[in-house]
Amino acid sequence: MTDPLFEFLCRMGDNTLVLGHRVSEWCGVAPVLEEDIALANTALDLIGQTTLWLNLAGEVEGKSRDADALAFRRDVWEFRNVLLVEQPNGDFGQTMMRQFLFDLWHKGMLTALQDSSHDQIAAIAEKSLKEVTYHLERTTDTVIGLGDGTDESHARMQKALDRLYPFVGEMFVADDVDGAMVAHGIAPDPAHLRPEFDATLDEVLSNATLVKPDSEFAHKGGKSGQRHSEHLGHMLSQMQWLQRAYPDATW
Amino acid sequence: MYAQMIKSTGKGVKSLDEMEPEERAFQERINAGGKIEPKDWMPDGYRKTLIRQIGQHAHSEIVGQLPEGNWITRAPTLERKAILLAKVQDEAGHGLYLYCAAETLGVSRDQLTRDLLSGKMKYSSIFNYPTLTWADMGAVGWLVDGAAIMNQVPLQRTSYGPYARAMVRICKEESFHQRQGFDIMMKMANGTEAQRKMAQDALNRFWYPSLMMFGPSDKDSVHSAQSMAWKIKMNTNDELRQKFVDQTAPQAAYLGLTIPDEHLEWNEERGHYDFSEPDWDEFFDVLQGNGPCSVDRMEARNKAWDEGRWVREGLLAHAEKKRARKMAAE
Ligand SMILES: [Fe+2]
Ligand SMILES: [Fe+2]
Ligand SMILES: [Fe+2]
Repeated sequence: MTDPLFEFLCRMGDNTLVLGHRVSEWCGVAPVLEEDIALANTALDLIGQTTLWLNLAGEVEGKSRDADALAFRRDVWEFRNVLLVEQPNGDFGQTMMRQFLFDLWHKGMLTALQDSSHDQIAAIAEKSLKEVTYHLERTTDTVIGLGDGTDESHARMQKALDRLYPFVGEMFVADDVDGAMVAHGIAPDPAHLRPEFDATLDEVLSNATLVKPDSEFAHKGGKSGQRHSEHLGHMLSQMQWLQRAYPDATW
Repeated sequence: MYAQMIKSTGKGVKSLDEMEPEERAFQERINAGGKIEPKDWMPDGYRKTLIRQIGQHAHSEIVGQLPEGNWITRAPTLERKAILLAKVQDEAGHGLYLYCAAETLGVSRDQLTRDLLSGKMKYSSIFNYPTLTWADMGAVGWLVDGAAIMNQVPLQRTSYGPYARAMVRICKEESFHQRQGFDIMMKMANGTEAQRKMAQDALNRFWYPSLMMFGPSDKDSVHSAQSMAWKIKMNTNDELRQKFVDQTAPQAAYLGLTIPDEHLEWNEERGHYDFSEPDWDEFFDVLQGNGPCSVDRMEARNKAWDEGRWVREGLLAHAEKKRARKMAAE
């Protein structure tokens, strides 16, 4: 088995990398100018966090790979992000719902990671948490605003929730890597983050007049890397193209 | 220069003696270097010309997101991706400041947006050219932001207060963009053979379109004369273009790249570079909507606006519901 700490750091960094990339796909085509700015801001924060997580992952691995090597030179099966973040943008509602669901998990995770026994992880978490707290405020407002907006915006947000809810469960499933992190006091058991997540989710959805789907079915395979969706490969083929087409170049 | 061929009143510039007292006081204030603020009296032509100019500038910032946005998802490193994202975000911010400045003149952002989307208002010709390789991200920052700065630095002293203040904020960021662009060009020009090729190719494609950004010679234009009297245009197009060439030619040499102009040469007597004019027919074609990417750009903006309608309406409806609930509770 690969070093669980390396695995864990890749999970954190790949989540922010893949989601940051998705959000950056909105550049210049958001519904209003203020959203262009806000989306770019979110993407920037996530890319910044990626650099911190993946550089640390590279350090831990000790094979002289840095964040860029990990981001641009791994293939689909080596990615450890949850399936939620690789889902396509869809309409603005789907993008916002995906971001909200992730932000809500992310905030809980980072809050717990501030107490990590690993100093560098605690420091990254503390820095990231400031940014993510703001992301969550924004996406909460947007989900409520659009859920409780017009009939059309309500219907679109409900559809987005239905589409994405099956990807929520994976964020809370614990496996051996998580077990090792808990044993070393490095990271929390993700399952323990669920009650608070659910409480906030229920409250926000109620304010948004949206209904949580009945089924708790959860897709899996992203954070373990065992079975990503088809979407990730297309993203990587775009994201990694220059690095792979001109492997001797520096940029 | 993001504002090209702005029409003014089309009449000659009046002398102070020909003016009514109000207008005379207005012009004298400008002549003395004073600022005009939104609540001050201003001639109708001044207001309209400024709306056209600031509006076109704002639209250019907005459409200008697209050619660079084209490379965000393909940026070669995390750092380059972050720098490019931040740059494009700045441009959206510039658009926002400028729309706000235009709103102080009594036109809404929505109205200006509709005029852009219908093709009634224009944006800078430069954004109708494609960005084809990563070196174009360097060339755009170096040349396009570079040319924009030439025009915008003097506009920090323009007579209209809100416009001048917007320019101060914008100029700081634009010079940052130019340095970042130059930095990409350096990496490319000193990189592998393929990278050097990309860098030269980018310069070849962006050189003349950058010169066109200043617009055709306007030394005999009545529109320009009026705008200059009002200090909403500070230099002639030719002056700015010359300044740009004088600044850029040594930079290209430093990069080891060749400007695609066999007539480019230092003229000791004039103390300036001699250079070839761009193809002005091409420029007018682009303004007519026949630029290589004109249709793509307008399609992209219209699509974003149309697909965003439900979001804007939804958020508005929610805000109204909230207000109504609050009133009911009071
Ligand atoms: Fe700008
Ligand atoms: Fe610009
Ligand atoms: Fe710029």
